[in-house]
Amino acid sequence: MHDAVAVWLAHRPIRFAVSRPPSVVFWGKAMNAPGTPILIQADDLHKAFGATRAVDGVSLTVRAGEAFGLVGPDGAGKTTTLRLLVGALQADRGRVVVNGHDLAYQVDEARAGIGYLAQRFSLYGDLTVAENLRFFGQIRGLNDDAVARRARELLDFVGLGSFETRRADRLSGGMKQKLGLACALIHEPRVLLLDEPTGGVDPVTRQDFWQLLIRVLGRGTAVIVTTPYMDEAARCHRIGFMAGGQVLVEGAPRELTQRLAGRILELGAEPRNRAREVARRDPEIVDVQTFGDRLHLRVSAADGVLARLPRALAEAGVVVERLRPVAPQLEDVFIALLQEHQRSPEAGPA
Amino acid sequence: MITRLWSLIRKEFIQIIRDPRTLAITFVMPVVQMLLLGYSATNDVRNVPLAVWDQSRSAESRELLAAYRAADYFQIAYDVAGETEIHDLIDSGAIRAAIIIPPDYAEALARGEAAEIAFVIDGSDPTIAGTALSAATLIGQARSTALTVERLAARGQGGAPRMAIDVRTQVLFNPDLISAYYMVPALVGLILQFLTIVLTSGAIVRERERGTIEQLIVTPIRSWELVVGKLTPYVFIAFFDSLEVLVVGKLLFDVPINGSLLLLLSLTALFLVTTLGLGLLISTLANTQQEATITSIFFNLPAIFLSGFFYPLAAMPPILQWLSYLIPLRYFLVVVRGITLKGVGLESLWFEVAALVVFSVVIMGSAALRFRKRLD
Repeated sequence: MHDAVAVWLAHRPIRFAVSRPPSVVFWGKAMNAPGTPILIQADDLHKAFGATRAVDGVSLTVRAGEAFGLVGPDGAGKTTTLRLLVGALQADRGRVVVNGHDLAYQVDEARAGIGYLAQRFSLYGDLTVAENLRFFGQIRGLNDDAVARRARELLDFVGLGSFETRRADRLSGGMKQKLGLACALIHEPRVLLLDEPTGGVDPVTRQDFWQLLIRVLGRGTAVIVTTPYMDEAARCHRIGFMAGGQVLVEGAPRELTQRLAGRILELGAEPRNRAREVARRDPEIVDVQTFGDRLHLRVSAADGVLARLPRALAEAGVVVERLRPVAPQLEDVFIALLQEHQRSPEAGPA
Repeated sequence: MITRLWSLIRKEFIQIIRDPRTLAITFVMPVVQMLLLGYSATNDVRNVPLAVWDQSRSAESRELLAAYRAADYFQIAYDVAGETEIHDLIDSGAIRAAIIIPPDYAEALARGEAAEIAFVIDGSDPTIAGTALSAATLIGQARSTALTVERLAARGQGGAPRMAIDVRTQVLFNPDLISAYYMVPALVGLILQFLTIVLTSGAIVRERERGTIEQLIVTPIRSWELVVGKLTPYVFIAFFDSLEVLVVGKLLFDVPINGSLLLLLSLTALFLVTTLGLGLLISTLANTQQEATITSIFFNLPAIFLSGFFYPLAAMPPILQWLSYLIPLRYFLVVVRGITLKGVGLESLWFEVAALVVFSVVIMGSAALRFRKRLD
């Protein structure tokens, strides 16, 4: 079945969606319906490096065809989590089941169904594009015919068809990542783990890359992707927000933003610095963030602020262009979570 | 499994070929080392420059000097007329030894007394000084014996008298005592050890340093396949280098291989297991290629001195002799010198072979146990 899909994929032109605003891209129906098989199951993972608790009680469930985004600041434990899921690191505690194989007992069987793209470029720079693909295919146990066929399909799929004989270290950053994706897909894995796959890649190539991922997902692959970019996170079916080795909150992007519904006010005012000072003095305004030429005010209750703030601003000589509740963005949610986490790491999300 | 292994070996060969500088070092270094060692690291002391202060100026003194000239240990470089001149020449390094013949040398001999001569030797280089000392003594004694025999004959005591003891020496295997015959075969061991440890530890650490190990770890390749696949290309290179040294040694220095070449190559393979294991072990300790290289050198240098490559183990203090038992190269040098020079077989080498077997099992075993297909 996979072969048929692959051939079909190989003959479909890649559509670029550069002009579309990223947050609009949506996968359609939620894939976490109970009937869809669970391909990645992690329970209470712990991993410490010396005194640093890099991963501190992470649990995840990802189903076939689902894209799960791990988002969080640097050092949150995203990379360590992925390495635990693929068995590159051994967990101090906890259990991982991938494709029905427990990593503690059947690590090779589990890995046979995992495609993994490390954060750092980790292919052989002194081998050509084709040699890299061939090597990773053969080391996965594919015979020559299968490797040749898959390599052809994947090179066309990622758009590297004309670079077969180029050495990997002479590829651009984006092409390297595409080659990495192709190598990770050579054995048709049902689980794909991508560690910041679009780091340092230009926006057009990022779009390309996500279009490729959409098609991989369409084949029923479970994908976990770590990213520092909120627009990319918003493309995932579900997001886990990590900080301090813990997943602070998890859910569909819309569910997450829903948590702050009615608690984000957009303020357009001049001069902005004075507007910010005034807003900070209001007891019901928890946080003020600058978004472009506007301010986002996170409030504990909107009504009081909407009643009080215009007068206070006017008294301070601030001209208000607009003040209104807006739909919260993921960024609002994560900033709120991070601040609450830093205040009291044990406290739950807002 | 075969596919996995083969793909790794193939990849490794491609990478080796694409790194022409390392490749060149791999094949050129053995020959360069052999040329250097073959010509320079020789203990054969010949033509030690000698100054002569002949105060006797007699037929007798000229006969004595002729004896010294006849043996090619000394080359009479200066004729001097005073002790200060001798000391100046020694200080400047122009001579290594001086012979002083007193004015009454001929008279003392004529009176039938013991004539004294003095021999001054520059002891700063123990090797040269040692040879000069024994040569000076031997030649002097030989001359003394000849004179005694003449005296006895002159007194008419029974024709040609016999010496009480006549030492007849026979040097086996290397009658001309040519250093190269001893050093060049040992070079096989030295190069194998140096090259395999540095190259294999570097090759594995390189995967870690470049981050490619992360991609290898997540494939179902087994640890032992990874180890065998990474090491195999270096086994070929090491064997090629061994043959290279033996062939070039034969062509340039006419180094003989008196024993079985097959036995030599089989035991070379056994020795390789220990050095490859050491390389593997170092790769589990080092995080960067630089660390790996430095660690290799830290092991290699003491190992070379403790192996008996340059200096005989029997001359070392007991503690160093005991330490040398921990160095696999020590056993291999006995094997390689024994087979090439003495032409001995397994029956004479069983102790060394047994030791190498123990070492290969222990080293490879602990390296394999330490080698984890994980990042932590």
